Amino acid sequence: MKLLLEHAHVEGIRYYDTYRKHGGYRSVEKALKMTPDEIVEEVKTSGLRGRGGAGFPTGMKWSFLAKPEGVPRHLVCNADESEPGTFKDRYLMEFIPHLLIEGLIVSSYALGSNMTYIYIRGEYSWIDPILEEAIAEAKNNGWLGKNIQGSGFDCEIYVQRGAGAYICGEETALLESLEGKRGNPRIKPPFPAVKGVWGRPTVVNNVETLAAVVPIINNGGAEYAKIGVGRSTGTKLMSACGNINKPGVYEIDMTISVEEFIFSDQYCGGIPNGKKLKACIPGGSSVPILPANLLLKTAKGETRLMNYESMSDGGFQTGSMIGSGGFIVFDEDQCVVRHTMSLAHFYNHESCGQCSPCREGTGWMYKILKNIEYGKGKMSDIDLLWDIQGKIEGNTICPLGDAAAWPVAAAIRHFRDEFEWHVLNPEESQTRNFGLAHYADPLPVLAGDA
Amino acid sequence: MVQFSEEKLNKVKEIMARYPEGKQKSAVIPVLHIAQEEFDGWLDVSVMDYVAELLNITPIEVYEVATFYTMFNLKPVGKYVLEVCQTGPCMLNGSDGIIQYIKDKLGIQAGETTPDGLFTLKPAECLGACGYAPMMQLGKTYREFLTKEKIDEIIDELRAAAKN
Repeated sequence: MKLLLEHAHVEGIRYYDTYRKHGGYRSVEKALKMTPDEIVEEVKTSGLRGRGGAGFPTGMKWSFLAKPEGVPRHLVCNADESEPGTFKDRYLMEFIPHLLIEGLIVSSYALGSNMTYIYIRGEYSWIDPILEEAIAEAKNNGWLGKNIQGSGFDCEIYVQRGAGAYICGEETALLESLEGKRGNPRIKPPFPAVKGVWGRPTVVNNVETLAAVVPIINNGGAEYAKIGVGRSTGTKLMSACGNINKPGVYEIDMTISVEEFIFSDQYCGGIPNGKKLKACIPGGSSVPILPANLLLKTAKGETRLMNYESMSDGGFQTGSMIGSGGFIVFDEDQCVVRHTMSLAHFYNHESCGQCSPCREGTGWMYKILKNIEYGKGKMSDIDLLWDIQGKIEGNTICPLGDAAAWPVAAAIRHFRDEFEWHVLNPEESQTRNFGLAHYADPLPVLAGDA
Repeated sequence: MVQFSEEKLNKVKEIMARYPEGKQKSAVIPVLHIAQEEFDGWLDVSVMDYVAELLNITPIEVYEVATFYTMFNLKPVGKYVLEVCQTGPCMLNGSDGIIQYIKDKLGIQAGETTPDGLFTLKPAECLGACGYAPMMQLGKTYREFLTKEKIDEIIDELRAAAKN
């Protein structure tokens, strides 16, 4: 089932004429004949949930937008894709930029934003001109600017580049950055819906979320809601990476199993070089890592599916999250301690330094993990790590603290013996990896194993 | 003296017009990007002061931004900055080995520049190319699926480009 990437491989789809020929901008024509509130209702009906990672219902987020008399409102697109493992928005913007622009126009109309911004991570510097060109083409064809298609609605879209800061993916940090400041997250409330950029009511949505508004308006929210299962409606872009045969961006409807996603040739195509699956971080680096046995089946023994509910079945004890869709696969030769150390370095580097539990805790966790990885760890370090992560979680202004704590907690929860092995075998652990051990035991029968 | 060309000044004006009146401070990051490109790939204090003047904000408002974001270089860098991703997903695909190979090949450590001023090695955190790992950012482009052989080719290519 493809809604977003249906035409992604059509030659020239990056450009307006081809995009329009394949049904582009129909949703704008339709939306401009509706009232803004009707559009918000369609999005609510669709069950669309934020695709940036948190999975908050988009229609509900839109309905929170304050509308004080005489105060301009803004829509800001979060294209600051920085969650390790995640590269789906980049794909969408690079290959089918008009889909985002189209979604932005419809959403801007629904929310009453006359000045809409795309905040894109600074490193995606070649995508900035692609978006600028798409905006210019849309404008030349009367989809942007003054009095769009005679509707009386005015809208401009501007692209703003960041300059290298993971934290700016957090919506209030993003708004600070858009105001020309350091990306320090704000204390909430007030939420951006009341007081966002320049103190004005603001909605911040992820690229994929805004693109999904196009099929929702084209086909109706009820049709969109029929795809998928339960509260996981519609399609989801997954960016798959790590040790798989076919890394890349896949659009899935959220009914397929994790096993199918990893091993079928339609998606990841299995693990290279005949190796076995050890573990996976299914939704971007911040979500809990799962060993193979808990990844493919839930603790209750049910087949785990690629959707919000199934992925989080069992909570953090035995489940994880679909998060941003950054799907990171580990083969049997990977070292969980080393990978956790790498992530700890990442979060330490990216902490804005505002809250002491995060600023100090992330650096402390990195130092301890480095000691363990390099054969200088003590058994008590593992408990200390557990203690530190627990004191960061929930004690910071923004979720970066949680995002730094969860990977460490999950690694210890599921792979404690690998940490202990490092401590007990300081020399051997420098020359070989712990291996698969029992993590995939009992080994499931997998399509790709033959 | 630090001074943008007429063309860049027009670009700055165009950027400042993207925001509501009185909110021109929002232009600081885009203008710092232009400044860094224009003035040898890094931001000297005189450059940051110039940006402050252009946007009619205080110099400290520029310094605090320039020091926060990793893409801004606060000291001179080589003509080519090799920003190799070292975060988890790239690590699973061998970024450690790529970084070590560059260090050995160029005889520099992370953050250092070769004596000829051509190359700076700047290990980076996740650049959003995890499926195409290992990778590096080189100016405005990404170089993906890196191998030692590809590093050799890239270095040769850049050395040749520098001569022309």
